Amino acid sequence: MDLVIEARDLKKTYKMGEIEVHALRGVSFTIQRGEVVSIMGPSGSGKSTMMNTLGCLDRPTSGDYILDGESVAEMTDDQLASVRNRKVGFVFQSFNLLSRLTALGNVELPLRYAGITEGRRDRAKAALEAVGLGDRMTHRPYELSGGQQQRVAVARSLVNNPAIIMADEPTGNLDSKVGKEIMNLLLSLNKDLGTTLIIVTHDPKIAEQTQRVIRLRDGELDTSGEAEGKK
Amino acid sequence: MTFTQAILEALESLNGNKMRSGLTVLGIVIGVAAVIAMLAVGNGAQESITGSISSIGTNLLFVFSGSQDGPPGGPGSGRSGNNDRPLTLGDADAISDPFAAPSVELVAPVIQGNGVLTFSGENTSTTISGVTPTYFPVRNMELAEGEPINEEHLLGRMSVVILGPETAIALFGHADGVVGETIRIEGQPFRVIGVLVAKGGGAFGSEDDSAYIPFTTAQARLIKRSSRDQVDVIFVQATTAESVPQAAEEISNIIRTRHRTPIGYDDFTVFTQQDFLSTFETITGVLTIFLGGIAGISLLVGGIGIMNIMLVSVTERTREIGLRKALGARKRDILLQFLTESSLLSLIGGIIGILFGWFIAFVVGRVAIATGNNFVPVVGTDAIILSTSFSAIIGLFFGIYPASRAANLEPVEALRYE
Repeated sequence: MDLVIEARDLKKTYKMGEIEVHALRGVSFTIQRGEVVSIMGPSGSGKSTMMNTLGCLDRPTSGDYILDGESVAEMTDDQLASVRNRKVGFVFQSFNLLSRLTALGNVELPLRYAGITEGRRDRAKAALEAVGLGDRMTHRPYELSGGQQQRVAVARSLVNNPAIIMADEPTGNLDSKVGKEIMNLLLSLNKDLGTTLIIVTHDPKIAEQTQRVIRLRDGELDTSGEAEGKK
Repeated sequence: MTFTQAILEALESLNGNKMRSGLTVLGIVIGVAAVIAMLAVGNGAQESITGSISSIGTNLLFVFSGSQDGPPGGPGSGRSGNNDRPLTLGDADAISDPFAAPSVELVAPVIQGNGVLTFSGENTSTTISGVTPTYFPVRNMELAEGEPINEEHLLGRMSVVILGPETAIALFGHADGVVGETIRIEGQPFRVIGVLVAKGGGAFGSEDDSAYIPFTTAQARLIKRSSRDQVDVIFVQATTAESVPQAAEEISNIIRTRHRTPIGYDDFTVFTQQDFLSTFETITGVLTIFLGGIAGISLLVGGIGIMNIMLVSVTERTREIGLRKALGARKRDILLQFLTESSLLSLIGGIIGILFGWFIAFVVGRVAIATGNNFVPVVGTDAIILSTSFSAIIGLFFGIYPASRAANLEPVEALRYE
């Protein structure tokens, strides 16, 4: 199987005033296309930094990161924006939908930034139908329930056919029943479309449903419990 | 993102905060309207003044005593230096010599004073001019009724008077059918022989409120001057408008010779209508710039309002900016988005402001007409182009800083922003 993510010795250092904070201290791993992986770790473990780096929102201080064949560690801001647009779909804990736009408008956004005008509406509709919201297209976020909003966000994340979907605590703001539905939706999308799914979470129940768990502790891979994470 | 999309999205976003957008637009509206209205009033004043100067008479020159070195004063302002000779009838005669001054058509010496006119209990104070028969053609004045002052009146020092229409109304209550009545000027009886056609207000006060008597009568009985032949001002008509500078030169040479003035110093001043025009054009030009400048300040304040609101908007929408960046928006996408919003604000404000300013100018014109001033504000295309482009530039200029702040936000930071 081919690799969709290849991280080699990723390091990230922040400067907080005089103090240097080592958020990542040299992390290496690979993720294969079509895999469902969760990233776990206590707060302060470098989880968020890892997600920002993998999602191309930020560059590592050193090390190599190859996403779907493109080395992104040295890219400019606009190149990163382009990679995010083409290869990464985001699902956030707090949905992050634009309240002025309809569900359809929100799902169209990534296509707009991709410069796609032809068939944009149809693609957005198809994505909304894929998450079961075919009848809510013209609703605005405040007219939708939390679960429906997150479904819109999922539709938005997959509308550009990305190489990976990064989900950051996707069920964190939902009750357990709706959360389960969203998890099932994400997993079924992975099964149907073969999209690689990376879920950042601290909920072991979520992690249980993934094929592999990457555990972080103090900015390094925590290999002690690797075996039990595997299904 | 195409341009139309950017505009649609900006409209959507401005529409999402109607109150705030409206108030921001209002700042620009007031600024642009003020610029348009002020420039219109300035232009109107200029046209009204130059128009009234033109109505004084074509080809007209004024000669009065006193040098040009000081500030220009009106006829007979008595600013003459010690050695300055007053203008005399002799000077006027010399100017009318067709051989010495071929460019001069007509010469009208005038002596002026103020006096009280009475008629059966009514009285009015006005300017009394002692004039020769040439005065009326030189000044482009026509009689509504009666006859002009002629040589016979002049030779006989007759007690006859021609009234301006306003003066006639002040005395009789009406301006027609007054010929033949006898009024008193400073207690002396004068027979009314004519009434002038109304000309409207001029730059030098209304010429409709005036009284004209024969020069010799004024000299002998009403207006005393130190020397017998003294005149206050000589009105000269040049043969054509083109010969006005030529006539001025000829007149100057004649009077210089007669007064034996030292070289480089004239004890008299020849003023042409062009001089008046350019003087007043300068004055009204400065006035227009001044008014426009003050209005421009309010436009600037409106622009700062836009900047302020855009900065608030950027801060408020930090998460949105972060999200858009996460979804693949490049720096220039975000820059374009916010610049479009600020430009739209100022453009909408500019358009409404033009209409509003036009309306103000219209109202000012109406008020002017209602109060009897012949004054029409002129909204020029230059003012419209100026204020539109100025407000668009203001929208861009004051939008650039907030927009670039938005564009340069780090996506990670922006997404985390609460």
